[in-house]
Amino acid sequence: MTLEYDIVVVGGGPAGLAAACAAKENGAKRVLILERDSEAGGILNQCIHNGFGLHYFKEELTGPEYASRFIKKAHQLGVEIKLDTMVLSIEGKTICAVNATEGLMEIRAGAVVLAMGCRERTRGAIAIPGDRPAGIFTAGTAQRYINVEGWMVGKRVVILGSGDIGLIMARRMTLEGAKVLACIELCPYSNGLNRNIVQCLNDYNIPLFLSHTITRIIGKHRVEQVIISEVGTDKKPIPGTEIAIDCDTVLLSVGLIPENELTRAAGIPIDSRTNGALVYENMETEVPGVFSCGNVVHVHDLVDFVTAESQRAGKAAAEYAKSTEKVESFRILSIKNGRKVNYTVPQMIRREKVDKTVDVFFRVNNVYSGGTIRVLDGITELCHFNREHLAPGEMEKITIPAVLLDKVSGDELTVELAVREEMKQ
Amino acid sequence: MTDLICIVCPKGCHLQVDEENEYRVTNFGCTRGEAYGKKELTDPTRVLTSVVYIRGAAHPCCPVKTSGAVPKPQIREAMAMLKSVRLDAPVRIGDVVVSDVCSKGIDWVVTKDM
Amino acid sequence: MYDVIIIGCGVVGAATAYELSKYDLSVCVCERSNDVANGATKANSAILHAGFDCPIGSLEARLNVEGVKLAKEICEKLDVERREIPTFVLAFDDREMGEIKSLYERGLANGVPGVRIIEAEEALRLEPGLNPNLKAALYAPSSAIVNPWEYAIAMAETAVRNGTEVKLCSAVTAIEKMMDGAFKVATETGIFEAKYVINAAGAFSADVYALVGGNDLRQTNFCGQYYVLDKSQGNIINSVVFPCPDEHGFKGVLISPTVHGNLIVGPDSYEVENGDCVATVSPMLEELKNQGHRSVPGIDFSQIIHEYAGVRPNTQIPDFIIEESKLCPHFINLAGIKSPGLSSAPAIAVEAADILRNCGLVLKRKKEFIDSRRRIKFRELSSDQKQNIITKNPLYGRVICRCETVTEGEIVEAIHRPISPRTIDAIKRRCNAGMGRCQGGFCGPRVHEILARELNVSPKNILMDEQGSFLLTSPIKEADDLDT
Repeated sequence: MTLEYDIVVVGGGPAGLAAACAAKENGAKRVLILERDSEAGGILNQCIHNGFGLHYFKEELTGPEYASRFIKKAHQLGVEIKLDTMVLSIEGKTICAVNATEGLMEIRAGAVVLAMGCRERTRGAIAIPGDRPAGIFTAGTAQRYINVEGWMVGKRVVILGSGDIGLIMARRMTLEGAKVLACIELCPYSNGLNRNIVQCLNDYNIPLFLSHTITRIIGKHRVEQVIISEVGTDKKPIPGTEIAIDCDTVLLSVGLIPENELTRAAGIPIDSRTNGALVYENMETEVPGVFSCGNVVHVHDLVDFVTAESQRAGKAAAEYAKSTEKVESFRILSIKNGRKVNYTVPQMIRREKVDKTVDVFFRVNNVYSGGTIRVLDGITELCHFNREHLAPGEMEKITIPAVLLDKVSGDELTVELAVREEMKQ
Repeated sequence: MTDLICIVCPKGCHLQVDEENEYRVTNFGCTRGEAYGKKELTDPTRVLTSVVYIRGAAHPCCPVKTSGAVPKPQIREAMAMLKSVRLDAPVRIGDVVVSDVCSKGIDWVVTKDM
Repeated sequence: MYDVIIIGCGVVGAATAYELSKYDLSVCVCERSNDVANGATKANSAILHAGFDCPIGSLEARLNVEGVKLAKEICEKLDVERREIPTFVLAFDDREMGEIKSLYERGLANGVPGVRIIEAEEALRLEPGLNPNLKAALYAPSSAIVNPWEYAIAMAETAVRNGTEVKLCSAVTAIEKMMDGAFKVATETGIFEAKYVINAAGAFSADVYALVGGNDLRQTNFCGQYYVLDKSQGNIINSVVFPCPDEHGFKGVLISPTVHGNLIVGPDSYEVENGDCVATVSPMLEELKNQGHRSVPGIDFSQIIHEYAGVRPNTQIPDFIIEESKLCPHFINLAGIKSPGLSSAPAIAVEAADILRNCGLVLKRKKEFIDSRRRIKFRELSSDQKQNIITKNPLYGRVICRCETVTEGEIVEAIHRPISPRTIDAIKRRCNAGMGRCQGGFCGPRVHEILARELNVSPKNILMDEQGSFLLTSPIKEADDLDT
């Protein structure tokens, strides 16, 4: 079966929904979302806690409520959504997808938006030694069992990783009657929001072990115990610091990885710093007409920023699909990550495509209690921005005025951090 | 003097509250934080979220939240109210699931159309 | 009264059951675990070895070479994934040159087809991923990689289709020889009688032999760990690569692609107490990386997705033990089946059948024998085939495992095959769901739901793998009291 749409969006989570709505609002006529789950909303459906929408809606919403706003908007705008539909491959702007009712579909798109989100890092990927018992779950999988399927996954829990997902699950499991014995964090600081440390750990007297890791899992058929150790600055376990904790469940919150298998298979270049596609200022990838947005480009902290980014992508996709001038050449400025900056999104800017300003998102490599973000053209400083409190767990944004881009002499900009004081203890 | 992290918004300002001085708050980033600092030491409350069982919907669980903040000492009681709830689809965001939680005029409400 | 009871349904037990199911016999296989292929069969390197490193004239050597030949036909008939790729053993200095030369001699003597020594230049041309510092290599083109658990499952299922009984959760606890020479075998699911007993109990074969008084077998449990790397690493070599054996003759850390497109690196070797040890241990795990890079420098270890470990069933006797027990007539040991056990399995089965004949059992060929099996792998179908199968059965249009493109249709079909999978891992072994990058993070709860539905049980009763590996503890609103 062959179908044709102006815009096809892969993924019906917050990124896909926002992109599809924006595409419609910017003149695209036939817009289709392909979603693998049985409902739209993506990961928000299982994020039943609140904290979403403070920026975008100026309200504090739960995940499902945030998703609902966009699902309703999508329906109102006439966005078509195919549920229980899996994309098998993408070639150029042709998508091969499958579902039970329509079978195998070949879908031709005027423009494509990739919004597949991310997956969780697993025990195998971080090679925690020990037995192979049941009871080891990634935090998101446990969250699905508890919040969607209605089952508790354990009674005595140790959580590895103090990012927001781990912290949220610490509270969630405690409220449903489990005993969360400890939250173990490899770094000397938590990557999660301070408010979550308070309302998820402190509220329930759950100890946080910073600079620690799980060095062994014990249990023949079900988890029985974990051994944790302190780690040094090299993140390696320090012998003699082992503590045994009796438990029946281990939740892993050890990182998210953008789900770019389809992107790679389509030959779209990926940035090894973000594990997401290399994108231009309007979220277009290096393949013309293919855009990408949301967690699949770089892992976000706040869904509000996912929405903003995805709206940009949707708008650009609609403009691309409408325009007759498909082949254009532009002057490209590539953005490099300089001192103390891990990556930037976008990685490339086309001056001609920038209207008044361009937003550059980035993350720093450590916790700093203040500093200056400098944008450099070679050794010349183009502009700078002062910031208080920067951390790897908090995505930052700088807005560069377009007029400054005209002053750039080379074809490369560097974003770096100059600090007033080093590392927060 | 107590050090507190404000939880009102993701900024997480480090507040200082002086219990001996009418709970004067310093180091806040906004008025909501100032109010939070005093309240956290005199009458701490939390908004709660959970799920309840639902029949006739695509999934067995319906997410719910409290329409206002519940006093911390009554969290357990508030959670226990959900145990025996059995909703029937369809439900809409905002539908009241359990009313007047802990006699505070707060309800458990539905947060997802199902 | 059965003609034969086989104890153990790993690849050796399954191959034996398959072989015997060709004859008019009543056969029952008693397996201790709740699924077949759950011991050493699922934790090895998945290689059908060329056979050059077996001692000359040993049983291993003969059965390895025969087994690899038989595997080709069996895998075709029973739709088991198998891929012919050559083996290299690398030599970096003079001592190692000497070693590979003696492996070559052994290969010739053992009848390994096509084995030869090649210079560095030719080796690098045939396999560009090798460490360019090598001096020379032993080259053996007759090896292959296989899906080891599917190999066992396919043979076991076919045996069942031809009348064999397979009893799971049936660990043997006692064996009594009766007056008429037959056996009374007590298991955890009942007591069964048979004229002959075949011991194919892998890491527990010495324990099983002890049940009939055999006390001259001492099990030595050596565990080996492997890394599994992402499919992006699956193409860096297209061969099995060994380093030169060390002074103790230990084969060393190999690198091999898998039939699924991943790369495995391993194993190491260290003694453990229990035959069913599957724990991984660091820092030995770290050492695997160094050894891996020595042979294939291009491996990107940041792409590790999984590790596993397993025990090689071995005894103090260096060769396979394939014989009727002198102590206990009609009790046949297939013990000490370490590497090349997987490679030899069907040949071991033929030996076992011969031993039964020599014992006096009449083996009469069945007139009707089902000797084929087809497994639908959605991801490998053409577009037309995909469309057709979805039209016939819409469940094939619902993709459950995103990483491996496994559909609900395949999972449901697997549940209704002989030796029904009842656990998450049993489904993984039959359908690949859960084997990919996300390691079941997405599909896990969905496979769980499908299993509960098809088996008509509560989700709470679905296990991850062995008995006791429960996943869920209780429904959320009947949990223990809060602890705030």
